[in-house]
Amino acid sequence: MNIVVLVKQVPDTSAERKLNADDNTLDRESVDAVINEIDEYAIEAGILLKEANDGEVTILTVGPERATESIRKALSMGADKAVHVSDPAVHGSDAIQTAKVIAAALKTIEYDVVIAGSEATDTRMSVVPALVAEAVGLPQLSNARKITVDGGSATIERVSDTGYDVVQASLPAVISVVEKINEPRYPSFKGIMAAKSKPIQTLTVADLGLGADEVGLANATTQVVSFEVAPPRQAGQVVKDEGDGGAKIADFLASKKLI
Amino acid sequence: MAEVLVLVDSVDGAVKKATLELLTAARSLGEPSAVVIGAPGTAAPLKGTLAEYGAAKVYVAESDEIGDYLVAPKADVLATVVGQAGEPAAVLVSSTPENKEVAARLAFKLGSGVLTDAVTVNDDGSVVQSIFGGAVTVQSKVSKGTPVITVRANSVTPSPSAGAADEVTVAVELSDAAKAAKVVDRVVEAKGSRPALTDASVIVSGGRGVGNAENFSVIEALADSLGAAVGASRAATDAGWVPHTMQVGQTGVTVAPQLYIAVGISGAIQHRAGMQTSKTIVAINKDPEAPIFELADFGVVGDLFTVAPQLTEELTKRKG
Repeated sequence: MNIVVLVKQVPDTSAERKLNADDNTLDRESVDAVINEIDEYAIEAGILLKEANDGEVTILTVGPERATESIRKALSMGADKAVHVSDPAVHGSDAIQTAKVIAAALKTIEYDVVIAGSEATDTRMSVVPALVAEAVGLPQLSNARKITVDGGSATIERVSDTGYDVVQASLPAVISVVEKINEPRYPSFKGIMAAKSKPIQTLTVADLGLGADEVGLANATTQVVSFEVAPPRQAGQVVKDEGDGGAKIADFLASKKLI
Repeated sequence: MAEVLVLVDSVDGAVKKATLELLTAARSLGEPSAVVIGAPGTAAPLKGTLAEYGAAKVYVAESDEIGDYLVAPKADVLATVVGQAGEPAAVLVSSTPENKEVAARLAFKLGSGVLTDAVTVNDDGSVVQSIFGGAVTVQSKVSKGTPVITVRANSVTPSPSAGAADEVTVAVELSDAAKAAKVVDRVVEAKGSRPALTDASVIVSGGRGVGNAENFSVIEALADSLGAAVGASRAATDAGWVPHTMQVGQTGVTVAPQLYIAVGISGAIQHRAGMQTSKTIVAINKDPEAPIFELADFGVVGDLFTVAPQLTEELTKRKG
């Protein structure tokens, strides 16, 4: 079973994240960059499927040159190879354009399953897995907390407001996972050494047969017009409980007409 | 005036509050039209409320099959309705995980753009979004085609405005592609009596300080005294005290209720990112240095096991 795992590099959430003042796009330079957290669970899910069914795990990343760091980490966890779409023309692409790039890149890979994290910590849109399914015309099995593969079909437990839905589709399919699915492994020393020699194929938009007018900020379907740093929340009143803490909260809520 | 399509969310024959918010927001863009997608009989009990909140038309797309498949059929049906409506000014849906996926696939089909988690929808169809856990506010717009916008719950105060609610039947024919992901079972794990986190106007959340699963009853009792939803920090869900579906934060649900009460939650960035745009924040924590107090409008430094039950008792008493 051949598995493609979509991996995104994002700014570290513990750093102060910013937008670029000149074009309102995400500032990917000034802060540490890491693998999108939920993508580590997707990588683990991919490796587990490979271990159970044989085959190969290919990491697919769309992002600037720097994203190679995240790809190496994914390879050190146990993925076999990677495809990196790295092209300045992609800069500023929106979710739909990104999905089209991913769909085009998937055409260059043989796979039975595409696995992605359910959401990236930078944009938090949670739409790319669904868009990729739409773009490649494959079943969408999203927000999985459990994956079972049986022959030519996959069944997931999709998290819902009240519990979970059991959803089934034939393979190939696009699966997205939430972090309840597993516990990602740490790369071993051996894994880190092995990753250095694993192949990373770098592709441009032109290599994928996409026109320059199909990607990038100038052709995006959405646009950030302006942005401002939100004023910090005014700290309110903090009191020490002297036996009446609960009553004081009730008084506060009453003063705000919240009760 | 151009139509503005609003996808209706309902539960047990009642329109959800998030939909009323959308119908209210839609009026500044054009004439609201409600779109009901579901099993036969879904629309009938909803029409009164939809009329009351200004729906000029109610598109009814009903089919026995539609609930049996994930996301794709709803996007197909909405695309059909967009065609029927001519050139709608926008399509609005609430920001639930499923609706975001529906919105994205719809925008892809229409060749337009999708914006998620709007907190304000402006008259011209541009939106305000709050990103990086509330640290940055952006103005965004769809620059191609019909804007498809998901709006975060509790962003708008619903207000009634009479509409004709003229019924328009939408023929539902599911393509094979739309039937690719079949829902074979729906399993309910959470207790059903409390409001859902995503659209609750009051939320009480518990964190590491709660200590174990049994102690969560303290959080639940407080929530019930306020008619609130129950949330949790990642520490509590990772420990298995409560289901993962209750997690508020960076990797969980993002909420912005009128009132958020954080109990025994230190306020790590991972949690704050999911709740710091709440209108009013109250915190109870034994550590005076806990970062949650930097956000709180009102905080009590103390033992949650005495402060929270006392608050529950006060609230119950004051309700009479």
